[in-house]
Amino acid sequence: MTAAHATKRSSIFSHLIDTGAHQKMLAFASLILLLVGFSIASPNFMQVSNMLAILQATSVNGVLAIAATLVIITGGIDLSVGTLMTFCAVIAGVILTKAGLPLPLGLIGAIGAGALCGLISGTLVAKAKIPPFIATLGMMLVLKGLSLVISGTRPIYFNDTPGFDQIARGSLIGEIFPAFPVPNGVLILFIIAGSAAYILSRTVLGRYTFALGSNEEAVRLSGVNTQSWKMGIYALAGGICGVAGILIASRLNSAQPALGLGYELEAIAAVVIGGTSLAGGRGTIMGTLIGALIMAVLTNGLRVLSVAQEWQTVVTGVIIILAVYADMVRKSKTG
Amino acid sequence: MPSPHPTKAQAHTRLVEMKGIEKRFPGVHALKNVHFDLRPGEVHALMGENGAGKSTLMKILSGVYSKDGGTVLVQGLEANPQGPREAQDLGVGIIHQELSLMNDLTAAQNIFIGREPRLSFGRLNEKALNAQAEAIFFSMNLALDPKESVGNMTIAKQQMVEIAKALSYRSKILIMDEPTAALNDKEIAELFVIIRRLKEEGVGIIYISHKMDELKQIADRVTIMRDGEYVGTVEAADTPISKIIAMMVGRELESEEVQIPDLSKAEMALEVKDLNRGKEIRDVSFSIKKGEILGFAGLMGAGRTEVARAIFGADPLESGTITVHGKACSIASPSDAVANGIGYLSEDRKHFGLATGMDVRANVVMASLAKFTDQLGRLDEDQMQEITKDYIRQLDIRTPSDTQEVRLLSGGNQQKVVIAKWLLRDCDILIFDEPTRGIDVGAKSEIYKLLNSLAEQGRAIIVISSELPEVMRLSHRIAVMCEGRLTGILPGGSKTTQEDIMHLATMREAAMQPVGEAP
Repeated sequence: MTAAHATKRSSIFSHLIDTGAHQKMLAFASLILLLVGFSIASPNFMQVSNMLAILQATSVNGVLAIAATLVIITGGIDLSVGTLMTFCAVIAGVILTKAGLPLPLGLIGAIGAGALCGLISGTLVAKAKIPPFIATLGMMLVLKGLSLVISGTRPIYFNDTPGFDQIARGSLIGEIFPAFPVPNGVLILFIIAGSAAYILSRTVLGRYTFALGSNEEAVRLSGVNTQSWKMGIYALAGGICGVAGILIASRLNSAQPALGLGYELEAIAAVVIGGTSLAGGRGTIMGTLIGALIMAVLTNGLRVLSVAQEWQTVVTGVIIILAVYADMVRKSKTG
Repeated sequence: MPSPHPTKAQAHTRLVEMKGIEKRFPGVHALKNVHFDLRPGEVHALMGENGAGKSTLMKILSGVYSKDGGTVLVQGLEANPQGPREAQDLGVGIIHQELSLMNDLTAAQNIFIGREPRLSFGRLNEKALNAQAEAIFFSMNLALDPKESVGNMTIAKQQMVEIAKALSYRSKILIMDEPTAALNDKEIAELFVIIRRLKEEGVGIIYISHKMDELKQIADRVTIMRDGEYVGTVEAADTPISKIIAMMVGRELESEEVQIPDLSKAEMALEVKDLNRGKEIRDVSFSIKKGEILGFAGLMGAGRTEVARAIFGADPLESGTITVHGKACSIASPSDAVANGIGYLSEDRKHFGLATGMDVRANVVMASLAKFTDQLGRLDEDQMQEITKDYIRQLDIRTPSDTQEVRLLSGGNQQKVVIAKWLLRDCDILIFDEPTRGIDVGAKSEIYKLLNSLAEQGRAIIVISSELPEVMRLSHRIAVMCEGRLTGILPGGSKTTQEDIMHLATMREAAMQPVGEAP
């Protein structure tokens, strides 16, 4: 039993690292390098509490980046992930705080709203043939506006929903291993990542995600209903944004309607650093996770070294350009 | 005896019957009253120039287009497939001319796209997928790894994956649109073995090809189309090729013997010595004089295009010297090559030769804008128009005006636009890579005449071609390559036979002999 179990796990693992392996090895090496470098530079960096803070900081961007990865592998782009996250948080606030309904309904409502908005983006892209950049740019603004309208431009607090803040901030793992109080938000990130990786590598939906990004016309000529599958992928990505909405609302114990803009670029940056091709057809969740971690480690490490926040932004930009440049160099070498 | 359903016996006399098929696109009457039928176990070739309507007819049969008139019977039953899935259910499989594969997926994943073996909850059964693909490869006698990513395969292997995909549908009717375009002789022979086996199993094959010699080998009947109309159907065995060509173009084409000029006093235009790069180019040396046409023959992957691209500076060299008009040059980039008067006309005009969305004028002047620019960087449109019109006349480019978008021109005329571009740039060494790929039979001889007249004007012409008749028809000398080496240079004209060329083209390293350079 153990043998069979092991081979299955190793093959999932090898799939995770197989595709676009070079870029990901590079990203992984960069991550290790950053960790080592910051540890040497500051004794405060390599502390359990600081590592947990980095993971916690990765959770929201990581989940959003996973959503963005799915869409990018189809050859599309989703600019609405940030404001969709906020919209879902606001929906949760309306259901839980304004309507006073029970917690599970709020969670289902937030994820459902996300999936529905994703489905709308997907319909615009697949059926109305609007380029993904434009369709999701429109959705980004629509959702930002709607969040403000629905909330009356004021934050919605979850003080009446006991336990809501524990969704991200509590620690189930900490109750079992008190030495490692890994926040639930991080646990949720890894669960989402594992599920997304499984869907991509093991299910029909995942197969079509790669196939659409590789050669959409060929898939269509093979008799596959490309429109429905593409809409499905956008809807899945939207649902994942709903999870991100719950995470950020829980961390802040409130839905902040003005938040969200700019998160989409951070998510796309993590995807790109992780080696997913913006041309579609190629990419991995593992890479995206590493990409999101690199960004969080950078921000955290530079802060520990007391580098001004403005410079942190500059460094992040340089890292993105370097990551893509390294990928281009590798590609031109292998032909 | 009116019966709504034909009997089984009737249904099996014809796999496909298409009668009076009509198709209109905006502004074009693409198919006019076209007939076609297919028997079980036959290879029925569909011939015609580009734009004759072959592909349109097949797209109707395979459900990509819907017809505007006429009837289609598939195995005796009226059929009107809407979309590729319905056509597949009817037993119609198609291998598209443009490879339609997903490069990031494996062979097995490509073959079963849309029909993946599944477990519960939409999960994939990857093991069954690979096993089934393996079984298909085995039945085709192919040594392919189902788990190999298609993007890493050679074009020939990709083609085999396409064929495996079509076979996996257990199609009774198989449409092959130019299946051998990218295959070498050995692979073509393997494909024909597969086709013959399919015939024995009663599969009917519709075979679209431009290669006349294949007809005699594989086809039972030939249907010819021209300008969207049905011209006729003949038995392949007892119809001469010349008659088929005449039916395709509507007139007899004269075949010309190559005239070899006396070049003993001509100046040397280009000399290359000991070019090397990895396994692709190994110790290649040759020279070409002004006014000469040097043909390059060889199988796919012999290294001919690699040599051309290296001379043009598109890919780096490891070692070797290039001498242009007696001067040693270092060519590190295409702009160095162009500065030395070397022009390269890629086999893939759409990707590398032309900005197809721009007009004829913009394309002709593309490489020579400096000639039309004043000191402030402004372009002289009048002068550009005048020059372009000159070339349109001189090269007989058939276009309504110099502002026509290039994508709307035929392949032959697009090729002429590329030629005009390099002539305007003062290139007197022109390298043509597959100059007539995708060009109609009728327009081919025009391109041949143009190449001849360019040589007569004193330009040095290198022609790379995979079609032996083309190489033999054009070349004053024929360089033959195999596995990156130049295995010999043969004299042009009737002294050299196809067998001589094939002998050199298959001369593997073990059998290497010293290369003798002809004068």
